[in-house]
Amino acid sequence: MTSGTVTAPARTWTAVCGYDDLVPESGAPALVGTDQVAVFRTHDGAVYALSNHDPFSTASVLSRGIVGSRDGVPTVASPMHKQVFDLRTGACLDDPEVRVTVYPVRVRAGRVEVGSA
Amino acid sequence: MTPHTNVPPARDLVVVGNGMVGQRLVEAVRERDPERRWRITVLGEESRAAYDRVALTSYLTGTTADELGLVPEGCYDEHCVLHLGDAAQDIDRVARTVTTASGRTVGYDALVLATGSVPFVPPVPGAGADGCFVYRTLDDLDKIRERAGRVGSGVVVGGGLLGLEAANALHSLGADTTVVEFAPRLMPAQVDQGGGEVLRRRIEGLGLTVRVATATERLEPLDDGGLRMVFADGDVLDTGMVVFSAGIRPRDGLARAAGLELGPRGGVAVDSGCRTSDPAVWAVGECAVVDGSGYGLVAPGYEMAEVVADRLLGGSATFGESDTSTKLKLLGVDVASFGDAHAATPDALEVVYADPVGGVYKKLVVTDDASQLLGGVLVGDASAYAALRTMVGEPLTDTPEQLLTAGPQVSGLDDAAQVCSCQNVTAGTIRAAIHDEACHDVAAVKGCTRAGTTCGSCVPLIKTLLAQSGAAASNALCEHFELSRAELFDVVRATGLRTFSEIIARHGSGRGCDICKPAVASILASLGTGHILDGEQATLQDTNDRFLANIQRNGTYSVVPRVPGGELTPEALITIGEVARDFGLYSKITGGQRIDLFGARVEQLPAIWRRLVDAGLESGHAYGKALRTVKSCVGSTWCRYGVQDSTSLAIMLETRYRGLRAPHKIKAGVSGCARECAEARSKDVGVIATENGWNLYVGGNGGFRPRHADLFASDLTTDRLVVLVDRLLMFYVRTADRLQRTAAWLEALGDEHGDGLAYLHRVLVDDDLTICADLDAAVQRHVGSYTDEWAAVLDDEEKLKRFVSFVNAPGTPDPSIRFVTERGQIRPTAADDDTAAPVTVAGPTLEVVRR
Ligand code: SRM
Ligand SMILES: Cc1cc2nc3c(=O)[nH]c(=O)nc-3n(C[C@H](O)[C@H](O)[C@H](O)COP(=O)(O)OP(=O)(O)OC[C@H]3O[C@@H](n4cnc5c(N)ncnc54)[C@H](O)[C@@H]3O)c2cc1C
Ligand code: SF4
Ligand code: FES
Repeated sequence: MTSGTVTAPARTWTAVCGYDDLVPESGAPALVGTDQVAVFRTHDGAVYALSNHDPFSTASVLSRGIVGSRDGVPTVASPMHKQVFDLRTGACLDDPEVRVTVYPVRVRAGRVEVGSA
Repeated sequence: MTPHTNVPPARDLVVVGNGMVGQRLVEAVRERDPERRWRITVLGEESRAAYDRVALTSYLTGTTADELGLVPEGCYDEHCVLHLGDAAQDIDRVARTVTTASGRTVGYDALVLATGSVPFVPPVPGAGADGCFVYRTLDDLDKIRERAGRVGSGVVVGGGLLGLEAANALHSLGADTTVVEFAPRLMPAQVDQGGGEVLRRRIEGLGLTVRVATATERLEPLDDGGLRMVFADGDVLDTGMVVFSAGIRPRDGLARAAGLELGPRGGVAVDSGCRTSDPAVWAVGECAVVDGSGYGLVAPGYEMAEVVADRLLGGSATFGESDTSTKLKLLGVDVASFGDAHAATPDALEVVYADPVGGVYKKLVVTDDASQLLGGVLVGDASAYAALRTMVGEPLTDTPEQLLTAGPQVSGLDDAAQVCSCQNVTAGTIRAAIHDEACHDVAAVKGCTRAGTTCGSCVPLIKTLLAQSGAAASNALCEHFELSRAELFDVVRATGLRTFSEIIARHGSGRGCDICKPAVASILASLGTGHILDGEQATLQDTNDRFLANIQRNGTYSVVPRVPGGELTPEALITIGEVARDFGLYSKITGGQRIDLFGARVEQLPAIWRRLVDAGLESGHAYGKALRTVKSCVGSTWCRYGVQDSTSLAIMLETRYRGLRAPHKIKAGVSGCARECAEARSKDVGVIATENGWNLYVGGNGGFRPRHADLFASDLTTDRLVVLVDRLLMFYVRTADRLQRTAAWLEALGDEHGDGLAYLHRVLVDDDLTICADLDAAVQRHVGSYTDEWAAVLDDEEKLKRFVSFVNAPGTPDPSIRFVTERGQIRPTAADDDTAAPVTVAGPTLEVVRR
């Protein structure tokens, strides 16, 4: 880990990168403890974090997916077989049975911080 | 389909002739006779089973005999037998047997003659000489092709429908072609003097010579193996070969010998139930004369086949007066005639529109009060043909002038209107297929109803019906863009918008998705907007383009350096080997004549490419919808059969088009001779060497739906070849749909414009759309601005920053990537690998030497 961890009462926050390091409308992979997390920044400046693990291919690749929208919902499409996930809830919009873990995420002093799930 | 095979069929049906109609008869009986009441024996004189004679000419432009085949799988079995290469020679009507050339004797309860017709060869002295041909069977075409390859010129005697088709064929085989017609105009049976004149000019404009009002008196052999034609007016013409196509004569010899009644001008006379003077014998197709009329088209023949099938199974169908409308594309010129084209109806009026400069002639024949359409002739522009044909006999809703200039309204097409005359399918049947059987595109309608499967002229009308039903799949790109890819391309090109944000804000909605983003990225790249990872463009790319490598099942990537034409120096080979060894990558020769290195983690890619680029290798674009490989054979340089240097050409082409982004991947191949070791005809662009240059084939595909490429042009010089490939590729880039390979694109062009290949000819060779200069310039810009994508990334810290395993731990390998060793190389772990197998986590990590 490159940056220190901040201990908050209920959860641990890990600063993973500068907000400016996130290219709008794309994702970046981060290591939070032993969890692989995909951090996304959308066109409106919002930040989201999902597990980087693609449940369909079992590879850790969601951060490399294309960010966009479906019916107004912010989404990422798995780069492997294109299943689309809701960035807010982690729900797979193509398969209601499937959901990926959502991580709390916030921007503090220009740094993006991911909370323990 | 064989529920009762144990019950022996009661009766024997013998069919003489396995042509288009004979085959249709067999299928029609089989369809109606699931109990197998008829045991069928078919005798065919040709060595091949029934094939699509209507599409015969396409055999010369690359369609194979197999592709022309008409016999569905499972059609013949132990109760339905086909004997090929064995002509029926004799009918014994008393014993009810047929004897064949090979001595076979078959008994029948019912006999159907489907012997078709033979081309008429005028009885001029010398017409049987060496170098004289007819145009009817695949064998004829094999012989014509062989001769045309040796001689430079040819004459077609007969300027009718088939004569012009034969002239087209000679022309496309590269022969200097002359058409000699006895009548004062071309296509005398279909078009009038005005239409014939426009047709003549269009055809002369294509480089053929036309002689009308000319009678051939005799043919004399020349010393050089050619022929001299002597005409009635004393003129002579020396030529390499002559093809007779002066009409057809029904093959009624068998019937004549058996004492069956014939028509006044030949042909087997039958009643409206298609029965001959002997109630046990029937005749169908071109050999039959129904109530005094013979037909030289396939549609009436099919109808006769259905009538006989029905009658054989106890029905009482009758043959109605048949539509003799025709439409064809002759040398790229549309010609159509329908209904009462010659205004033979008493008091009929003709309304004519003629544009001699534009080469368009249209005539409608209407009743004297202009209330009803009777027929018409269209030359040069037959786009309204399918719709007009359905209106024959119906009350006119528009004035004839409106119909001629603005074209017909097809919204109110009656359910009973016949849309497909070849297969006799009405608008109602097609609508039912669309609604009840969920046929949502032309292909599905074809499959369900057979409409559009013969001459194809009704396809535009099928499309209109699909569009009107609302069932047609919209060509909108995705939920974010109403536009199709081709439309979006034009918008981006015309507006100069160069970012996705601007494009979607102005022409779309929402924020895009994994469909429209890569499509826009590809359009921008095709327009030459800089590096594909520049700025916002990076976020539009699919993961393969985003990391300039192909993602694999475990999230690692593969690396493919370009190996133009498959030619590789030992040094380059050693570099690739060393890189594979040093980074612990799995290496494999690809199906595209190059080497793929698998198992690279995203953070290793820059170091791997640094080594490759330093050694002079560059991106192979295996990840892009772009030019992939130009496969080559060793050609004349090494091969004892090669006639041209295929390797050099392949390298030149691959270098020219490398990096060209397209709607889908593009593959090409160059073979050094007709043995075709480079499998060029399975590629989007195929080039095959000839003694005189190169033959260019387009629209080939391997993959899911294999297709052989069609011959587009022959004996090209290298310069001309490059010009045509330039235009072809750029036109494809601009107009194809997203993820549409050239094969599907060519077929879609065919559905839209009648004949995709002829359309491409008009656009890319004749420059009908006057875009060739623009296409040429666009390719020049591409060639001039090419840079290696990987070299550019290595020089750009911003771009390199993205090649990390984790933003907060850039050097830490993804711990979930695991490999095992197999046959001395790594492979990703699989679910059933036992844990005892030697596992490598993310491959060995090595210090990478920067040179
Ligand atoms: C590596 C290779 C197989 C091999 O080990 O030999 C390969 C591998 C892949 N092929 Fe292929 N194809 C490879 C030669 C072919 C060939 C043979 C050829 O090119 O001569 C064909 C049939 C010819 C053709 O394209 O018409 C071929 C037809 C396909 C298709 C079906 C295309 C179609 O039109 O039906 C796909 C799917 C697609 O593109 O949508 C495909 C897709 C793929 C993808 C990209 C699948 C994917 O999305 O991950 C594979 C990953 C490539 C990679 O590098 O990781 N690959 N693929 C070959 C790379 C050739 C090269 O040097 O670039
Ligand atoms: C180049 C060309 C283009 C054409 N274009 C069109 C078009 O655009 N539209 C259209 O409607 N029509 C077109 N036609 C006409 C169409 O092909 C014919 O109408 C159709 O093939 C007639 O079918 P048929 O079965 O009656 O005859 P054929 O298809 O000729 O079949 C008759 C078969 O019987 C065999 N035979 C003959 N005698 C015997 C015997 N004694 N024993 C065994 N077998 C025998 C013959 O060898 C032949 O195979 C075209 C024809 C040609 C040649
Ligand atoms: S295609 Fe012809 S020239 Fe090329 S390798 Fe094969 S036989 Fe030799
Ligand atoms: S009219 Fe010929 S295929 Fe439909």
